[in-house]
This record gives sequence, structure tokens and C-alpha cells, in this order.
Amino acid sequence: MTSLRVFTVGGYLSFRALFNWQSPGYYLTTMLAHPVFQILFFSYLGRFSGTQSDAYFVVGNGIQVSAMAGVYGMALTVGGERWTNTLGSLLATPANRAALFLGRAVPNVGNGVIVSAFGLLVGRLLLDFHPAVSSVPAIALLVLLCTVTCCAFGMTVGALGLRFRDVFMIANPAYFIMLLLCGVNVPLDRLPGWMSTIGSGLPLTHGIAAARVVAGGGSLGSVSTLIWKEVAVGAAWTVAAYVLLRVFEAEGRRRATLEVM
Amino acid sequence: MKLARLIWVGLVFRVKELTRSGLFVFTAVIEPLIFATLTYYLFNAGSKPETVIYSALGAGMMGIWTSTLFASGGAISWQRWQGTLELLVASPPPFLLVIFPLTLGSATIGLYSLTATLAWERLVFGLPFDPVHLGQFVLAVPMLIFALGALGLVLATSFVLYRNANALSNMLEFPVWLATGVIVPLSLLPGWTSWIGWTLSPTWGFRALRNSVFGGDVWGPIGLSLALSTAYFAIAWVLMGIFERRARERATLSLV
Repeated sequence: MTSLRVFTVGGYLSFRALFNWQSPGYYLTTMLAHPVFQILFFSYLGRFSGTQSDAYFVVGNGIQVSAMAGVYGMALTVGGERWTNTLGSLLATPANRAALFLGRAVPNVGNGVIVSAFGLLVGRLLLDFHPAVSSVPAIALLVLLCTVTCCAFGMTVGALGLRFRDVFMIANPAYFIMLLLCGVNVPLDRLPGWMSTIGSGLPLTHGIAAARVVAGGGSLGSVSTLIWKEVAVGAAWTVAAYVLLRVFEAEGRRRATLEVM
Repeated sequence: MKLARLIWVGLVFRVKELTRSGLFVFTAVIEPLIFATLTYYLFNAGSKPETVIYSALGAGMMGIWTSTLFASGGAISWQRWQGTLELLVASPPPFLLVIFPLTLGSATIGLYSLTATLAWERLVFGLPFDPVHLGQFVLAVPMLIFALGALGLVLATSFVLYRNANALSNMLEFPVWLATGVIVPLSLLPGWTSWIGWTLSPTWGFRALRNSVFGGDVWGPIGLSLALSTAYFAIAWVLMGIFERRARERATLSLV
């Protein structure tokens, strides 16, 4: 029961603390406007380079922007505790660690879905992206899956925030590396082998590929392999995040660095 | 003489300060390299391979704006967090002249991005970098820095009054890349966006730099960039006066 409370209330309060709620503009500019401009930028860049259609870039970037919540949001749930000098107190509690950190992921999953949905909607309104209405539920399901796997990856980034003083040193490149390696803008087969191999192990890669097929008229069944790959990648990152959180927590206690800024 | 010293000392201090920030140097160098790699493979995969070299310079120029945007916006926020904003506002020189070298220094750090990107594309992808007008290229770079510094100054004024103005800088990276035609030609965008681009001094700064590398008129864009930058300075002067007075009245300068 206590773990359930840590999971829900802790996650809710942590999410609220991510934003300066007294200024809704912060959410609008960071979580809605920035992703929309990213989608527009890469779609026009795609037109100029003559690589793929608008739909390719809208789906790729529309799903990748969920990393705004999945990577930055999750990274900040740990980094923010350090900045506000509450990390030591938090980790001094006997709270169940899985409930503590997984609870913080749930609001970010919801937020990531909203960010992606808004991006895809704007792409539909402003660009040449017209998926069939019947494909929308399947795309929504894939967006949810990708956001979950992305949050697992973000939790790993957040875990590194226990070890490194500035979590943005990891979160910033992580977000932008996804633009390059996850097939968001460049087809994996056009990247060098080692890059596409890394991309295959990152979240979003298989989910985005599946969403493109579905948006083009394919069924969920036709992309089941991709979906299971995305699930496996997400599960692997979740395990990695949990292990790293425990290891770095123990190391932080031993070295007394949890409150070092 | 005092003014020149103020600007020089502020500029050098800012460059040193940012250079000592691991996060900032990392962002100024690594992020542009990721974008340079992305645009290289994207344009290589496209139907217009001749645009690869065009994209290479574009990626470098994108990096300059990213550095300017985050560091200019942060110029005042950091003073606020460190508790030195009130002292700077209370100091004898006009506050704008204290902040201007800080935004200019931020744009100067963008040189890391440009240099790193061009070197990366030369060494890793073997893309040649042979400016058609080398002398004008050398001149266009500081003109672009001045243009970006002036735009950064206008942005920075909002940080005096609004503690959460960094929300604005969070979203301005991609729009300015688009509106200034740094890598996507303005002709590809909806017509009305060209009007926005033409009023942005970096549009002309980027154009001057691009023309100095690939050929074309350099002096015209440099002149327009200088004229617009001067206008930005005047706008920032007026805005800073208003925002500074309001911030004093509301006693918000020390609020974090």
C-alpha cells in the first residue's frame, strides 16, 4: 500500500515540480511549440534534400518528440532533486525504489503521448500528412508504446544523473542522437552499419518504423515483429535503468556525492 | 575609451566563463556535430547530392545560432542565479552596455560550433572547404557574430523582467533556423515567412557567409545585416529601459 502511494503521489508531485506551473507558457513553449517547430524544420529539410515525403518526417519526428517528456522529463526527475538539494533526503527514505522511480515515469508517459499527438495533429494540418482515419487507433497505440520505451531510456539517463553532476550533459546528446540513429530522419539503411546497429538498440527505432507502415495503410499484425522488438528494447532499458539507479545510489552514498552540485 | 574597455572586458570575461562550462562547450561542439552528421547522411540519401556541401556550411551556421540562443538567454539568468544581477543593474554604466558584450561573447563562442563542424566534415566526410572569397569570408564571420549578438541582446532584455523567459529561448532554435534560411532556402517556405526572415539580421549574416563560400554578393548582405543589427541595438536600448524600470519597481531582480 505504501509503495502504491509512493508510486502515484510521488510520481504526481515529481511531475508537477518539473514545470513552473505558475507560468503555463513554459509548458506551451517547451513541450508543444518546440516539437512542432522541430517537425516543420525536418519536413522542410526533407523537401529540400529530396529524400522522403512529408509523411516520413512527420511520423518520425512526431513520435521522437515524445522524448521531450521521455528523456528530458525523466532525466530531470533525478537531476531536479539534486538541484533542489532533496536527492539525499529522497534516497534516505526506505521507499521501494521501483515504486519511487516507476511512479515518476507514468506522468511522463502521459505527457509524451500528448506531445506526440499534438505534433502529429499539427503535421496533419500543416503538411502533406494524411493517414487514414482507420489507422489512427493503431498509430496511437504505437505512440504509447514508443513513449513507454522512451521513458525507460530516459530513466537510464536519469540514473546517470546520480553519477554525473549535470544530467543535461547526457540528456542533451541523448535527445539529439535519437534524431540521427533511430531512423527519425535518415533511413537506417543509409547510415553506416555501426550506426544502424546502435540505432536498433535504442527506443523508438522499431516503433517509428512500425508507425510508418501503419500510417501508410498497413495493419498492426503486419508489423508485429517490429512491435515485439520495440517491447524488448524497452524492457532491456527498464532493467538497465533499475540496475544503474541502485548501483549509482549505493556509490553516491559511499562517496557522499549525492548532494554535490 | 571607457566604453571600449567595458565591451572588451565583458566580451573576454564571457568567453572565458563559457569556455570553462563543460556543459556549454559540450553543447556548442557535440550538438552541431550530430546535426552535421545527420544533414550529411540526409542529403546524401536525397535526390540532390550536390546540396551536400551546401548543407555542410548550413550545419555549422546552425550551431552558431544554438550557442548564441542558449548563452544569450542565459546571460541574465545566470547573473540572477548567482545574485549579481542587482549589482550589475546598479553599476554606473547603462545596463545594456554591460549586457551587450555578454551576448556578443555568447555569439563568439558559436565559433567553436562553426570550426568544429567544418573540421568534422573535412576530416570525417572529406568534404572540401574552399571559400570562393576567402577575405570576405573572414570579414563575414565577425559580421555574423555581431548580428547574432544584437539579436541575442533583444532576447536578453526580456530576461530582465521575466524570470521564465528561458521558456522563449527553449522554442526559438528551430524557428530561427527556418526563418533565416540557414539550411532550407526561404523560397521553399510559405511566402509570408520570407518577410520574417528579411527582418532578421542573421538572415543576411548567414547569406553573406554563404555567398563568401559559394560565390555571390557579399557586401550587400553585410550592409543589410549591419543596418538591422544597429536597429536591434536601438530596440534593445528602448526595451531595456522599460524592462529595467519595471523590474526595479516590482523588486523582481533578485528573485530566482
